[in-house]
Amino acid sequence: MNTSPFFIKPTPLQVVMFKVALALVPAIAVYTYSFGIGVLVQITLATVAALATEAVCLKLRGYPIKPFVTDGSAIVTAWLMALSFPPLAPWWMIVVAAVISIALAKHMYGGLGQNTFNPAMVGFAIMIVSFPAQMSRWAAPFGVLPQSLDWSAQLSWIFTGNLPAGLAFDAVASATPLDTVKTQLMQHASMSHIFQSPLFGTIGGVGTEWITAAYLLGGLYLLWQKLIPWQIPVTFLAVLGGVAGVFHLVDPTHYTSPLFHWFSGAAMLGAFFIVTDPVTGPTTPLGRVIFAALIGLLTYLIRVFGGYPDGIAFAVLIMNLAAPFIDQYTQPAVFGRKGKQKKAGVQS
Amino acid sequence: MNARAALAVTFFPFHGGVHPQEHKTESSGTPIAAGPIPAKLVVPLHQSIGNMAKALVNVGDHVLKGQMIAAADGTVSAAVHAPTSGRVLSISPQRVPHPSGLLEHCITIESDGEDRWIDRNRFDWRTAESRAIRDYLRDMGVVGLGGAVFPSHLKIGGASDGLDTLVINAAECEPFITCDDLLMRERAVQIVEGIKILQALLQAREVLIGVEDNKPQAVDAMRAAIAGCEFKIDVVVVPTLYPSGGAKQLIKLLTNKEVPSGVRSTDLGVQCFNVATVYTIYRAIEHGEPVISRVVTLTGNVERPGNVDALIGTPIADLLAFAGNKPDSDSYIYGGPMMGFEIPGTDVGLSKAGNCIIAKSSGLFPPKPAEMPCIRCGKCADACPAELQPMDLYWFGKSKNFGKAQERNLFDCIECGACAYVCPSNIQLVDYFRFSKSEIWAAEKSKKAADQARERHEFRQFREEREKREKAERLAAKAAQKHDAAASSADPADAERAAKIKAAMERAAAKKVEAAAAQVAADPLTPLDPDANAVPVAEAVAAPAPEPVAPVSQLDPEKAERIREAMEKRAAEKAALEAMSPEEKAAREAEKKAKIEAAMAAAAAKKAAKAAEAAKAQGDQADGA
Repeated sequence: MNTSPFFIKPTPLQVVMFKVALALVPAIAVYTYSFGIGVLVQITLATVAALATEAVCLKLRGYPIKPFVTDGSAIVTAWLMALSFPPLAPWWMIVVAAVISIALAKHMYGGLGQNTFNPAMVGFAIMIVSFPAQMSRWAAPFGVLPQSLDWSAQLSWIFTGNLPAGLAFDAVASATPLDTVKTQLMQHASMSHIFQSPLFGTIGGVGTEWITAAYLLGGLYLLWQKLIPWQIPVTFLAVLGGVAGVFHLVDPTHYTSPLFHWFSGAAMLGAFFIVTDPVTGPTTPLGRVIFAALIGLLTYLIRVFGGYPDGIAFAVLIMNLAAPFIDQYTQPAVFGRKGKQKKAGVQS
Repeated sequence: MNARAALAVTFFPFHGGVHPQEHKTESSGTPIAAGPIPAKLVVPLHQSIGNMAKALVNVGDHVLKGQMIAAADGTVSAAVHAPTSGRVLSISPQRVPHPSGLLEHCITIESDGEDRWIDRNRFDWRTAESRAIRDYLRDMGVVGLGGAVFPSHLKIGGASDGLDTLVINAAECEPFITCDDLLMRERAVQIVEGIKILQALLQAREVLIGVEDNKPQAVDAMRAAIAGCEFKIDVVVVPTLYPSGGAKQLIKLLTNKEVPSGVRSTDLGVQCFNVATVYTIYRAIEHGEPVISRVVTLTGNVERPGNVDALIGTPIADLLAFAGNKPDSDSYIYGGPMMGFEIPGTDVGLSKAGNCIIAKSSGLFPPKPAEMPCIRCGKCADACPAELQPMDLYWFGKSKNFGKAQERNLFDCIECGACAYVCPSNIQLVDYFRFSKSEIWAAEKSKKAADQARERHEFRQFREEREKREKAERLAAKAAQKHDAAASSADPADAERAAKIKAAMERAAAKKVEAAAAQVAADPLTPLDPDANAVPVAEAVAAPAPEPVAPVSQLDPEKAERIREAMEKRAAEKAALEAMSPEEKAAREAEKKAKIEAAMAAAAAKKAAKAAEAAKAQGDQADGA
């Protein structure tokens, strides 16, 4: 016997996940344009490894494979992780990361919807802690250095570790803008000097500023589709920018501007695609604001005062732990039980 | 038809809500048709919240249309009437339109086809007392026709200083249903006459009629009909957003007052009536017609969807035949698709709650996809009009953490289904909430029963203690008397007798333990123990004065048996004593003294000992005596 409601809104999970993936496409396109085919290779490797791991885990746990493999969640995890990886990282690293994120961070916690930590960030964090050197070997975007790897050279480097004769990786490598600023400041370089490097564009790094702008575009699409609550990206970016702004105002020679923080590293990716992961975040409206605000603050602190160039992954993982606690203490008042009732009517 | 009525100037949106496909135009295009007079009507007796009506007729009786066939039982109940003239075929449990599928008492009437009315008289409500009006409405079977079937008379005459706002619920927010829409289009004047009566009875300072903007024709009809009213009245057009027709949601929309769960809207100066109920109030008062029919929407997988003014008790099969049921209909929803339920069969009779019957087919209602895990996306919380966090309640329900669910206001859930409607994982959230609620109800029920059993058991223990204590005191008093009077010719008691006493006491103790165990075992299973143990605790505690002798009739049979034995024994002893020599008498005296001493020691120790240790304590004392 069926029970009410007999109607359901036709927006299944697959559609949600598909739209999230779709929102990432512009950034992937810009990324590939600036950094080469390595990005697509990482995404492909991550996707295949994640889906295979998902299928094996489901099989081992005795779950039906088809509905869960096709729900799209593993694909979104794989893509987010691949986009956080250096595009020219050796092939096995992203594979290991994908296996860890799906098997350890997702299925060992009970699978879809049960995980405490953001699986993509677990995969990324474990790799950056275990292989710091490889994880910070970024090639410069096209056009910055005199030499660069073409697509076939990139493939060869990723899969075999061989470069064209006479070329060392250092000749094409470059630190990320966030990393550059951090190291140079530690060497007491002045901010204006740092920004004269050809690595920097108008507000962030060459190439990366456009990638982050494309994430923003995808994020706005998600907001428009009402797939993510606006409070999270707005609060996260406001706090990250606000804290950066305060430091920047006090001492502009040592602290970069809010714009730089917004358009560098994983700020936009985090704001719209990672901090917004519903499974690992709080669900109450106030809780989401607190969660996003603290991630923004932690991100800034790790970026500027911590040991890693970017702080999104660790900030998110730390706050994932606090999500149930935040939920517990931010339960909204229910209908008819509010302290004072809203008085505003709608005029039309 | 798709034109929207202009929204009213001001309304106050409630949180959440959803907008499913409306499916209203299918049935709203044709006027209300007169329903068929079926050969047989199955009229349920339980057609209101509260007590089932009590049948007034017998099998074989001839009844007239509008004749009361079952009277209200108590305050929270409403009368039931014969929907047409005919003969009572049976009064028996039948299937009724209820999600449980359980049988309920129904009166089955074979119609004689004459449809002959009883005498109908206008009720002079202007001069009648408030109580008389309430009784009249109860006896006319007036209940909320929006679906809740709350007896309307209970909503009248409560507030002495009048009402701030009388809300008329004409939102009709559920998809498919158009019966209120059509009723307003065609009978707006009579509805407004009903509103006038209610306004006067409730002394409402303001009347607001809430209609969704998908009923422009109804809005126009109602606006025309309220012209000339001598009190403040307005038709407020609200956006089409399910569940705006929920009483609390509509009150919020129109007055910005939030009625908390467990609070009656009257306490906030608001009262809400469904528009169809208002119409029946008018018919009852001005025309003397009890509620024997209602407008019902027949829609879904039928040839001629539309609205029918159908007699209560009409079998659903007859209504479906009237609308031209298609052969591929697989089941039938009673009510709307969001909150209705599937009827157990088409033989059930239409009840006053039946505003809509939807024939289901797999084309119209595709099977729901399999449930996926909750990803805590919070869509349900965004949609919840009660402002709950359904994903948490789901989690608590699934893990059977009902206390936590209750803490998070599970019982504020109105089961509107908005959460399940939006869930991207297709989780049937409302089912989890219904499950949690019924588990909590069941637990509360059994806790109550257990509490009663425990109280009864504790009282029994208390009473037994008291009786033993009193007995010991009596014996002690007697012994003291004897001690004063008798000569102290104490002879050393012979060992044989002492051993006998000891054995007897041990036997008695063992018997007591057995009896106590039997009582403990039997107690929870006998909620209505007919003997003295059923005396309410309060009564017993109120009168703890030590009554010297408990009447034998109030004791349990075992104890009575023991007392009887003791009395026989004493009588035999008395006879023996008379035949004794002085020496023997002296020995006897000593034996008695020993007995009394033993009893006194036992009584003293008993006072201190707990009930559970009674048996052990007795054994010890018998040893010591």
